[in-house]
Amino acid sequence: MSLFLIVALPFLGALLPGLMNSAGRAACAGVTFMVSLMAFIGLLTNLPAVMAGEVVQAGVDWMPALGMNFTLMLDGLGFFFALLILGIGLLIITYGRFYLSREDNMGEFFTYLLLFQGAMVGIVLSDNILLLLIFWELTSLSSFLLIGYWKHLPEGRQGARMALTITGMGGLAMIAGMLILGQIVGSYDLSVILQNRDVIQESPLYLPALLLILAGCFTKSAQFPFHFWLPHAMAAPTPVSAYLHSATMVKAGIFLMARMWPVLSGTPEWFVIVTTAGLVTMVIGAVIALFKHDLKALLAFSTVSHLGLITMLLGTGTAFGAMAAVFHILNHATFKAALFMSAGIVDHEAHTRDIRRLGGLRTLMPVTFVIVTIAALSMAGIPLLNGFLSKEMMLEEAYHTVLFGSHWLVPGLAVLGSLFSAAYSFRLIAHTFLGPVRDDYPAKPHDPGAGMWMPPAILTVLVVVIGLAPFLAEPFVKMVTASVLGDPADVPKAYFKIWHGLVPALYMSIAATVGGLILLSLFRPALKLWDTAPRPEAKTIFEAVIAAAVSAARTFSHGLHNGAFTRYAAIFAVTVVAAGAHAWSTGVTGPATRSMQPAESVPIAGWLMLVAATVALVFQHRNRLLALILIGIAGLMVSVGFVFFSAPDLAMTQITVEVVTIILLLLALNFLPNRTPVESSVLRRTRDAAVGIVGGLGTMALSYHYLMRDAVATPISEFHLANSYKGGGGTNVVNVILVDFRGFDTYGEIIVLGIAALLIYALTETLLSGPVRARLLNRRPDQPLAGDMHPMMMVVLTRVIMPVVVMVGFYIFLRGHNEPGGGFIAGLIVSIGVVMQYMASGFSWTSARLRYPYHGVIGAGVLIAGLTGIGSWFFAKPFLTSDFTYVRIPPFNEFELATAALFDLGVFLAVVGAVMLSLESFSRLARRAHVKDSEHPMDIDPSRDDPQPAGGEA
Amino acid sequence: MELLVASAIGILTAAGLYLVLRLRTFPVILGVSLLTYAVNVFLFASGRLTVGAPPILQKGVETYTDPLPQALVLTAIVISFGMTAVVVMISLGAYLGSDDDSVDDPLLPEKDGGRDVT
Repeated sequence: MSLFLIVALPFLGALLPGLMNSAGRAACAGVTFMVSLMAFIGLLTNLPAVMAGEVVQAGVDWMPALGMNFTLMLDGLGFFFALLILGIGLLIITYGRFYLSREDNMGEFFTYLLLFQGAMVGIVLSDNILLLLIFWELTSLSSFLLIGYWKHLPEGRQGARMALTITGMGGLAMIAGMLILGQIVGSYDLSVILQNRDVIQESPLYLPALLLILAGCFTKSAQFPFHFWLPHAMAAPTPVSAYLHSATMVKAGIFLMARMWPVLSGTPEWFVIVTTAGLVTMVIGAVIALFKHDLKALLAFSTVSHLGLITMLLGTGTAFGAMAAVFHILNHATFKAALFMSAGIVDHEAHTRDIRRLGGLRTLMPVTFVIVTIAALSMAGIPLLNGFLSKEMMLEEAYHTVLFGSHWLVPGLAVLGSLFSAAYSFRLIAHTFLGPVRDDYPAKPHDPGAGMWMPPAILTVLVVVIGLAPFLAEPFVKMVTASVLGDPADVPKAYFKIWHGLVPALYMSIAATVGGLILLSLFRPALKLWDTAPRPEAKTIFEAVIAAAVSAARTFSHGLHNGAFTRYAAIFAVTVVAAGAHAWSTGVTGPATRSMQPAESVPIAGWLMLVAATVALVFQHRNRLLALILIGIAGLMVSVGFVFFSAPDLAMTQITVEVVTIILLLLALNFLPNRTPVESSVLRRTRDAAVGIVGGLGTMALSYHYLMRDAVATPISEFHLANSYKGGGGTNVVNVILVDFRGFDTYGEIIVLGIAALLIYALTETLLSGPVRARLLNRRPDQPLAGDMHPMMMVVLTRVIMPVVVMVGFYIFLRGHNEPGGGFIAGLIVSIGVVMQYMASGFSWTSARLRYPYHGVIGAGVLIAGLTGIGSWFFAKPFLTSDFTYVRIPPFNEFELATAALFDLGVFLAVVGAVMLSLESFSRLARRAHVKDSEHPMDIDPSRDDPQPAGGEA
Repeated sequence: MELLVASAIGILTAAGLYLVLRLRTFPVILGVSLLTYAVNVFLFASGRLTVGAPPILQKGVETYTDPLPQALVLTAIVISFGMTAVVVMISLGAYLGSDDDSVDDPLLPEKDGGRDVT
């Protein structure tokens, strides 16, 4: 099966559990299982190639310019992890089906689980490190959702947040590290990076890259000092703990260290950092685990400890260490997932996982007892079980490792860690299952159904089979090791066997096991000692750090953002000007290459009017109606300017938009106060004026500067001018750019416009359905109303002119491709025509004659534009490729038919719909309760309430 | 002529900034509109100023002004209408809901917006 499909299947399949939710729990779990099974089988079809030492590859270019490609590869290491992820995933899905109670939303759970599975498979199959980073972040996100699955539990939410914070920060560090690595090598493809060991290790950036990448790996794999999030993540449902926090996600960091092993390892820095971190984690995790009373907490810290063990092995940088690490990953995944699931069974059946309340379960839950005993003994490193084999290899490796010049440090600590590991494994068995049967269990414990004990049982069988016949696992482990090392010739020749003779590792192993038994017999005094010893509580520290960060952020942002809009508007303006000034003073500018064009009297007159209107606006802005008139003049002068400087399309757009904007503001002014009161002090106004003048001078200087110089690089406009007619079939280059060259932009823009209009509609609806409605309905206008609601002259004029307006709009639309015009402008013109009907004949009269709702018009516009774009797919062309032809129907002249015109029709409809929906929404606010809407011209408003002029009665 | 356009952009920006810094919604909306003009003219002017050479292809004519900024500004004008309408609607809703058209709402210590971390 293609690698793409293996990665994509869980993601696609994630849609199914939610859909199957109503079909019942079995169907929901079943479909999830089938999805995983298909991916699993797909993976297995690649087994022969991988065993033969091939690297299966698949890839498509995504963003080659950024070095980011969707390339996947499957080698031994990737296969090994994918096998764990999908294989254990199948067992977890089965287990989860029976573990979750009826109150839990199973669809949601399995959706998250499949998302996680897809992201994990993505990590281990990525060939491109940027792609790998994306999947890496996805695992952090999906694990956040899974840990916090029980949203009602505060521990779940806190644990999820802590996990996301820690792994997310590590992820950020790793992005930086990976980018540095890519810069050193000049490629983001793993297959290239892995060939460049010398380049990377000689680079001065090797250490920063190594530190950043290790930060990502250590946080993900819960290595000291980032280990504390993992136990808190145990608030998750047990299937999640078993899957993410023992077998898969926490091994992602280990995976990456193994993946990067050929290029990053072997240096003193790598050796010291990784070995030390692993060793410390291993010992600390094992010590804490022994004294935990919660079964899952015990297992969590033991996982931390075992991850430390694997990290330590990878840190040694030897081929034998790598092989031992690979073997232990396999063994740990089998026994630890089985143990987690068993802990979940105990919790599920006895309703507690506190070891102090358990004990004596041996006769009550015999099946679970057998599973736990085998898995825990394997964890302790007892012979004939798989944990023993890899632990022997670890001790062997530790025996030969010299850290900080000491021959005793690593072996000593390794034995200490193993001793505690043995102790907590024995405690797990003894304190939970052995001893007398109690009569105060929260619930009566009994073995669960086969659906729950079968998955851990299958893993336990593996534990025993590998333990008894290690030669079965040997070729596979060696194949994986070969791909970690990068060269099959480097794989150690050592055979996997139970009996190696009287080697040091055996004595160390015996010492650890016996020591563990002795420690357990001294458990009570040891626990007393532990409880009295002061030790830092990671959660308290973490929360204090977070609280400090939040309070610092709050102080900072509230200092700048105190809720006063004027303050941050001013800060923004000043910052932009300062940044511009900095760029100006440090940048290089060339001499002026253009000469100033002489100004004639017309532009000077226009400029004077613009300046006069703007300055008057500033001084008169408190009189809001006058301000509207003044801003109208400014807008008019801007459109005249567009005409003057060869932009007829812009001028037409500006002038029509100006009209609808002024109408809109007039409508708004209907409700707002007519005057702005004087509030700010003279000092404040002086300050604001200073900000304005500095900003104005800045933009003026900038625009003057570039107006006097030609562009540094050749503008791409030449292409548009040259191809507009040949390629786009139109002589109006601006329109051709809009509907053809940059049609996709325009498509996005009409959608934005439509969304803005819908937003206005939605806000209006909210206002009209809330408490504001009553106020609006009973509002008394603050100005005397005209008695004549629908002036005869205006009604007649607008109705007569309507067909003409539509005709003009149609004409402007049609000629748009070749002459100034087009969908935008035609849409605005037609909108103005319709708005005039509203103004003259009233809301009810116009709405009653409305054939199509404006929402529909917007939708039709966007759809037509979109379908035109899709249409080109049927001719095997990219989205929105245009075509045109010339036809002649007598007696007309030859004219052009272009698909771009269809697209422009969509633009037209979207503009009409959006403009009209906005204006209509505003005018709906203006309707009042006690005033009956009249449809007739010359209608005298009976509710007219302004005082009649004296003697007006006849 | 370049000086005229540049100074017009500057004056529109200055007036726009001053109005944006006012305390009531209506002048702020006017200020944003003025800034819209300024930005649109600024973008348009990045195609440099050409008189009498509209980008409408004609036989025998070789010089045209730069069409690309025009196309970009055209959509910007239409979009800015949509954005103005939304802002006006929001300010209207705020005024109708609270009978106050101030733009500032300084945070008081007791109504601190931050949520508790736990």
